[in-house]
Amino acid sequence: MSAADRDIVVGIDLGTTNSLVAVCDEAGPRLLRDNNGESLIPSFLAFGPDGRVLIGQEAKAHAVENPTSTIFSIKRLMGRGFDELTATGELAQLPYAVVQRVAQIGAETRDMAAVEINGRLMTPPELSALVLREMRERATRQLGREVRKAVITVPAYFDDAQRQATRDAGRIAGLEVLRIINEPTAAALAYGLGLRGSAVPTTPRTEHEASLSLLNLASQCPSGAMPADQAARASTAGESLIAVYDLGGGTFDVSILRLMEGVFEVLSTHGDTRLGGDDLDREIIHLVQREVREQFGLTIDSPATRQALRTLAENVKVRLSTEPSAKLEIDLGRGRVYSRTISREEFEGLIAPWVERTINSCRHALADARLEVGGLDQVVMVGGSTRIPLVRKRVEEAFGRRPYTAINPDEVVALGAAVQAGILGGIRHDALLLDVIPLSLGIETLGGAMGKLILRNSRIPCQATERFSTFVDGQTNVRINVLQGERELVRDCRSLGEFQLRGIPPMPAGLPRILVTFLIDENGILNVSAREERSGQEAGIQIVPTHGLTRDEVRRMEMESYAHAREDMTAHRLIDLRNQVAFDTHKAEQMLARAGHLLEPTEKEGVNSAITELRQLAETSEDADLLHQSLDAFDRRTVRLAELAITMALKQEDA
Amino acid sequence: MSIILTERAAQEVKTILGQQNLPADKTYLRLGVKGGGCSGFSYSLDLTESKGEHDEEIELHGIKCIVDPKSYLYLNGVTLDFRDEVMGRGFVFNNPNASHTCGCGSSFTA
Repeated sequence: MSAADRDIVVGIDLGTTNSLVAVCDEAGPRLLRDNNGESLIPSFLAFGPDGRVLIGQEAKAHAVENPTSTIFSIKRLMGRGFDELTATGELAQLPYAVVQRVAQIGAETRDMAAVEINGRLMTPPELSALVLREMRERATRQLGREVRKAVITVPAYFDDAQRQATRDAGRIAGLEVLRIINEPTAAALAYGLGLRGSAVPTTPRTEHEASLSLLNLASQCPSGAMPADQAARASTAGESLIAVYDLGGGTFDVSILRLMEGVFEVLSTHGDTRLGGDDLDREIIHLVQREVREQFGLTIDSPATRQALRTLAENVKVRLSTEPSAKLEIDLGRGRVYSRTISREEFEGLIAPWVERTINSCRHALADARLEVGGLDQVVMVGGSTRIPLVRKRVEEAFGRRPYTAINPDEVVALGAAVQAGILGGIRHDALLLDVIPLSLGIETLGGAMGKLILRNSRIPCQATERFSTFVDGQTNVRINVLQGERELVRDCRSLGEFQLRGIPPMPAGLPRILVTFLIDENGILNVSAREERSGQEAGIQIVPTHGLTRDEVRRMEMESYAHAREDMTAHRLIDLRNQVAFDTHKAEQMLARAGHLLEPTEKEGVNSAITELRQLAETSEDADLLHQSLDAFDRRTVRLAELAITMALKQEDA
Repeated sequence: MSIILTERAAQEVKTILGQQNLPADKTYLRLGVKGGGCSGFSYSLDLTESKGEHDEEIELHGIKCIVDPKSYLYLNGVTLDFRDEVMGRGFVFNNPNASHTCGCGSSFTA
């Protein structure tokens, strides 16, 4: 059966606040986005008096002005009885009207909840179906083919009635729901956990490879490549234990899964359906409201300002995940401006009680699964709030394992649903889940060259470390661009992501010692970290290198690298040599300034012209061998100057 | 393919294979060239079970050696030796293609 004949199966994350749809092809799972590149569809419906229904972003925008005809949080009502919803206090939280409907199914009477909108009753599955239909239409538009089949995710704690209601919603939306899967399971699938079982069994990587290269390179080559120690742990066959921590906008849950022979089992789940990122925003809102009252005697609490405050607070929260502080300013009219800076520490102090509540849940979940801290193999992060550094730190401490954060936590569940959909639809999703690295990995070096750290065909798990430095005096930031590919120049490689190492103390060029480490774990997840040794500053990023990569692409990159081998290598060499010229001539100038007066005037003139000549050659010549010889010659012409400069420096130290 | 593996180097590889319990009939010695290093490019050595379809292969002193086509441009004619001296213990590449070699013998320019 060809790909065109097969029915497309999409994966849907039907969320309390947002929903997403994704699809899987040979390159792996990907989100289906709208024309603006937005993947999230707010799970909001707005019913106009004319019977028109707005869905998604447009509906959400109406929430403030039309509180009674804007429907959201439908997921909280799915498959639950009216009495149950009243007893749990769920209904008191909703601004729209929910009524009881007693249905007669055979001999059984069932208590059901329905939403009353403009005098009309609609069941939760009917409402959810409107959101699902919107997603089905988006998928059909994006893929250019009718979409009829789907995998939909639900929380691990959903009972049979809630799952059935979700299935019904799909049916009403014209979708055949091939499977309902748990959200934590989907998140694990997105990371490729449970998919490797069918691949060739992994033989643990042994020490010899590192020792071979170490003997050869590292011990003797001060500024060269330094392949480092092996990753400590090889993948173990059989059972694997996974915790999935999901802190969404309005709900929190943590699940412990056991993965055996490709089958996931939920060992325990714990959480709070009324705890989420919105609570963290509210801490900032309360702080602002209190201070505005204290400073200006004003109460800011109208529905419109509340919405504006929410947006502001969310912005501040998001910024504090990457910046050490964020400034916020509110114009209160008549020249009154509330302005203050909030630091990450202060924000962490505000949200700590909420975070600790989630950590308590983690402990409960571990205890329910009869596990000790450190007994887990993986920890997976889901939900936008897991971008907060404090959350990551506390989760890592609670589980004794660094969590997976490589995949966008808002999208990871939908991507995992697509992986499951791909399996059911017969897509070879696991084409690149090999036990070797399909394409080399490295970083961008000065001048646009690709410096490889891990070569293709290296076995996983593996690790490599190289030392880099700064090129400009007083440089305090370094950008690390993580690359994939076989070619030698950045423009011919794929960028997987980048990050900044900040806060390097100002030092002369070449003095900072920046260790860049690539660590690929047993699941193929890449951790890149950079650490400046003198100051201890550290930064990093986590990536899934095989996402969006097909076998054909790997083959194409490989063949191109052979076709361009000679010109690529020459180009790389020229870049390195030109960098060396810039560095050496700059150092010579500095030495001239310090110790030039000790040279004979003719010697000094000689060094000056050597600098000019070498720079000119580097600019104009494409002859790498000539440039290399000229660099050596330059070295010899500046030997006496270097000696004088060093002697002078030593004398100064003595004095 | 013209690559020379000295007997001492082959012996050392065999010792490592034995120490690591690796099957000699299934394990390849991969020789490669990699950008970046103390004077331009550097050599890499790896023991691996995976051989690429475009790799060049040659068996020397009972060791299966493989080189990818890109590295082969620079490795044709190379001699891999093993030295155990005061200055250091390790594998050393001697490359007739290299016009300059750094002191450690692991970096070269061609």
